[in-house]
Amino acid sequence: MIMTNVNTVPGKKIVEHFGIVQGSTVRAKHFGRDFMAGLKNLVGGELKGYTELLQDSRQEAMKRMEEQARQMGANAVVNIRFATSSVAQGAAELFAYGTAVRVE
Amino acid sequence: MEILLQNFDLLIFLILIVLGYSAGTWAEKRHYRSINKREKELIKLAVVTAEGNFPPGRVADSTLVSGSVVVSIDYFKRLLAILRNIFGGRVKSYESLVDRARREAILRMKESAKKQGASMIINMRLETATIGRSANKKKSVGSVEAIAYGTAIVMNK
Repeated sequence: MIMTNVNTVPGKKIVEHFGIVQGSTVRAKHFGRDFMAGLKNLVGGELKGYTELLQDSRQEAMKRMEEQARQMGANAVVNIRFATSSVAQGAAELFAYGTAVRVE
Repeated sequence: MEILLQNFDLLIFLILIVLGYSAGTWAEKRHYRSINKREKELIKLAVVTAEGNFPPGRVADSTLVSGSVVVSIDYFKRLLAILRNIFGGRVKSYESLVDRARREAILRMKESAKKQGASMIINMRLETATIGRSANKKKSVGSVEAIAYGTAIVMNK
């Protein structure tokens, strides 16, 4: 599956459009990580636990999107966009959407 | 000694401020040093926000690359920002926080593109989000997430 965030797949021609595909996941981190992040909040700096968590969940969202595109019979997803929102205390929603297409 | 014990809350508060200030400043300086160094190393890899037009046959491969980081602010700077809220004006402590997060995210994106042998990244987009415990309390932005993503292009030789 080819993934890009431009309108086309560079160097290839799109032969068919399948419309929008999306994938999302809502994640909360476990207590230990949350506690460590709270401590880290005092001194500042990177919160590695959160970074990892968000990266994992973004990958998960992408995987779901890819799955949906595959079911439609697409072999590429173009114009991918990401969005993040916090739906509840300590939980974040990660969301990826794009257009499923078939390239030659 | 007795005064100190009576004002135990105040003592903890002062310790947190000093700890936040010293550790936070040290960490920020170190982070900026590492950012500057890595930016110099990766300067050859072009990143553009425009969509490129490529003649057919030039592009060997194109993949989505992304980099993200969550950075939090220290206790001292948070206090400064709260004070700043009273008078208004530039909140410098937050400016540096967001700046660091964005540059780090771009660097991570570039690093992952380099691993794939890409020669440029087109259509880069940046996004910022607040997460964590403070996310729903609109007033206090404690930690910020920056994500950078784009399409890495591997050229035909």
